[in-house]
Amino acid sequence: MDNTQVKEAPTQDPSTEGYNTPVATGGKSMEIRNLKAYYGSYLAVSDVNMEIQPNKVTALIGPSGCGKSTLIRCLNRMHEVTPGAPRVEGEVLLDGQNIYAPNADPVKVRRLIGMVFQKPNPFPTMSISENVLAGIKLNSGRLSHTQAAEIVEQSLHRAALWDEVKDKLGKSGASLSGGQQQRLCIARTIAVNPEVILMDEPCSALDPIATLKIEELIEELKAQYTIVIVTHNMQQASRASDFTAFMLAQDGPGHLVEFGPTQQIFTRPTQKRTEDYITGRFG
Amino acid sequence: MEQVGSRALDAGVSPRERARFAVRRTVNLAMAGLVGLAALIGVAVLLFILGYVLVQGWQALSPAFFSQSAQPLDFDAKGQPIAGSGGGVLMSILGSLLILGLAALISIPLGLLAGMYLSEFGRGKFAFLVRYVADVMTGIPSIVTGVFVWSLVVITTGHFSAWAGALALSIIMVPIITRTVEEILRLVPNALREASYALGVPQWRTIVSVVLPSAASGVITGIVLAVARAGGETAPLLLTVLGNEAINWNPNQPTDALPLRIYDYATQPYAVRIEQAWGASFILIMVILVFSLLTRIATKGKKVG
Repeated sequence: MDNTQVKEAPTQDPSTEGYNTPVATGGKSMEIRNLKAYYGSYLAVSDVNMEIQPNKVTALIGPSGCGKSTLIRCLNRMHEVTPGAPRVEGEVLLDGQNIYAPNADPVKVRRLIGMVFQKPNPFPTMSISENVLAGIKLNSGRLSHTQAAEIVEQSLHRAALWDEVKDKLGKSGASLSGGQQQRLCIARTIAVNPEVILMDEPCSALDPIATLKIEELIEELKAQYTIVIVTHNMQQASRASDFTAFMLAQDGPGHLVEFGPTQQIFTRPTQKRTEDYITGRFG
Repeated sequence: MEQVGSRALDAGVSPRERARFAVRRTVNLAMAGLVGLAALIGVAVLLFILGYVLVQGWQALSPAFFSQSAQPLDFDAKGQPIAGSGGGVLMSILGSLLILGLAALISIPLGLLAGMYLSEFGRGKFAFLVRYVADVMTGIPSIVTGVFVWSLVVITTGHFSAWAGALALSIIMVPIITRTVEEILRLVPNALREASYALGVPQWRTIVSVVLPSAASGVITGIVLAVARAGGETAPLLLTVLGNEAINWNPNQPTDALPLRIYDYATQPYAVRIEQAWGASFILIMVILVFSLLTRIATKGKKVG
């Protein structure tokens, strides 16, 4: 299969010895062009154009049903594995290359653009360290014991979970608390060395303290990754993000109302509807 | 209800309320008792069958019964069969294992793959058809399966064989395994599949390494149920493997099986043979019990989801 369309990260191929070199690949920019997302004939998200800056946190906000989750799932081709005859039109560029090009392999795309979900979903049959290594192992990557141990430690460190789990790496991931499970999922995503990390409401199932930890983690991670986060918590968007996109699905499909630096969106929004939403007048 | 906060729990409760509480408690107790009783009856029936079979057949359960094949009965001077004569059922035990083994070899991969197809890919008309056919097949009387394989395999090859029996049992097992595997795999939360996809894992690898292990215990239970069901089938074997007085390991030859032997001995006029039929019944039940117990121990602690 020809995958030249999507650039490989230097350490992506499991057969090369890239895994023990902890040099981050650095986040890449993304660009969304005329994106339309459908479920069958139903248009869920219409004509989104947006640039995602590298090594920044971009937040998608908006009321329930505005299409922000659908949009973020279009960014690593997860939309097409959703039930309901999903379809995407338009382009999404990762570092200049279209992930929807005819010969772009969705599996490769997802290795470069990782995703963390709303509900923590560690693999229940795997231990904590197996969970971290899952992405590499399930891609048929072979690792020596020392390599594996290094990746586990390094990924868990970066996910700010190492100190809490270092003595029970062999235990089931399901034995952790919700917040720890979510950080385990982040560690699992980091372990495959993506360029972009997408987070679909990563804190909505967590308590405030666990939420704070994830937010601090996001702040640290953006040094190495580009991050896009969906949230319906406006405080979270204003605290944790550099750019904010406000979406709405009033009178038609979900669309982008306003996009800009977070500070500007929250202090001087140009659109009336953004202001109404942010000040809590609806939504 | 206006002063809920300040009211002590038992103070000011009217006799009427107290009476209703008593009724509720009684009903609750009665219902719990009823449910427990139903469970007890279910288990008691199994224990009763086991006990009855054991009582009827224990005299036949000698070491020779397990280590010998069938022998002719010895008769005493009065023309009565001598107790303990007539050999054993070793050829039936081994024959059952051979036929079931072959049937498992055919039906487990087929049922597993078909179940995976229905759960992970089965959306369109074809999947509907497969599901429908599997459901109908589960309801086909096993004698019909026997006749079908008899005319298709036994007649065309010209002889009865363990293969024919295995085929007949497979026709019974495949739809059971297919539908159980499908149902069990559907219980695996979609979030796990998505987690795997999001790590850049291909779909086939996700199914094999994430979905299937998460459902291992349920899948194995389904297979055990199918094997147990097939292990007790008599009618299809009657028309396909015929039976054999001696041990046979050649799948192309007529073979013995426990249900066949039970059927054969139970219809004979001699008390010794009937006792042996009871003994063989006990062995058949134990084989299936031990088999399912072993798989249960082997898959202990692994849960769906």
